Amino acid sequence: MSIALYRVDDRLIHGQVVVGWGQPLDAGFIVLVDDEVRASEWEQDLYRMGVPAHIEVVFASVEEARRRLSEWNTDPRPGILLAGDIDTIAAIAGDGGSLIRQLNIGGVHHRAGRSERLRYVYLTDAEANKLRQLAARGIEITAQDVPTARAVPLEEFV
Amino acid sequence: MSEPLRGIVVSHAAVAQSLVAAVAAIAGVEDALVPVSNEGCDGRALADRLTAAIGGKPAVLFVDLPGGSCLTGAARYARGKPDLAVVTGVNLAMLLDFVFHRDVAPAEAAKRAAEAGARAIRTPAA
Repeated sequence: MSIALYRVDDRLIHGQVVVGWGQPLDAGFIVLVDDEVRASEWEQDLYRMGVPAHIEVVFASVEEARRRLSEWNTDPRPGILLAGDIDTIAAIAGDGGSLIRQLNIGGVHHRAGRSERLRYVYLTDAEANKLRQLAARGIEITAQDVPTARAVPLEEFV
Repeated sequence: MSEPLRGIVVSHAAVAQSLVAAVAAIAGVEDALVPVSNEGCDGRALADRLTAAIGGKPAVLFVDLPGGSCLTGAARYARGKPDLAVVTGVNLAMLLDFVFHRDVAPAEAAKRAAEAGARAIRTPAA
């Protein structure tokens, strides 16, 4: 089944991911890509608390994610890959051809320099440009916080 | 302890606000609890809301779910601060007990509240 959802969400593992997406996708594993969380057992324990025992959680650095992406894509279980920001997912996608065909923007919240694009998506101009570049490489990008909401195409929010 | 503990209820959407209103309606205690919603927040924004709600005083953070952005935000915020304690799975019974037992250390209040909340979960015979 491989990775069924590539998602950018600055909350990483939380209710919308585990329940909102995890249930309908029948997720068997979640890959959380974040260099800081990868280096902290305490942070990892915190994120594991919100995940049912039958879902495996893999903590990966950006470098590990790039190296293991093809491995996760051959996993028979449906998986979810989470990145906390646009830069991280762009780094995972790399410069050449990418295994990522679709990208979900699930939550990028307000911070200095960002402007509101959707209720749950705030981007700097640089982040918006980076998404356009990913789209130009053939990655279908939509914003959608939960599966029951409309998937908003990239051109409607950048 | 010179001042009773404050309880900060941290939740998704308006759960915290409703729980705090319900405690006031039932117990008549209106100054013990402060609601904080994670609506529209990333981790930093939630930390800012917690800072404002806690006001630099000893407190217990009551979080709705044992997992998720409210817990990660609250646990990160409280880490290494002995004047703060965290409880997850907040319910009304837990808060009603807490508001009348606030003259103790945060860790002790959190333990008592967790026990009160757990005792309230039952399955009465039909």
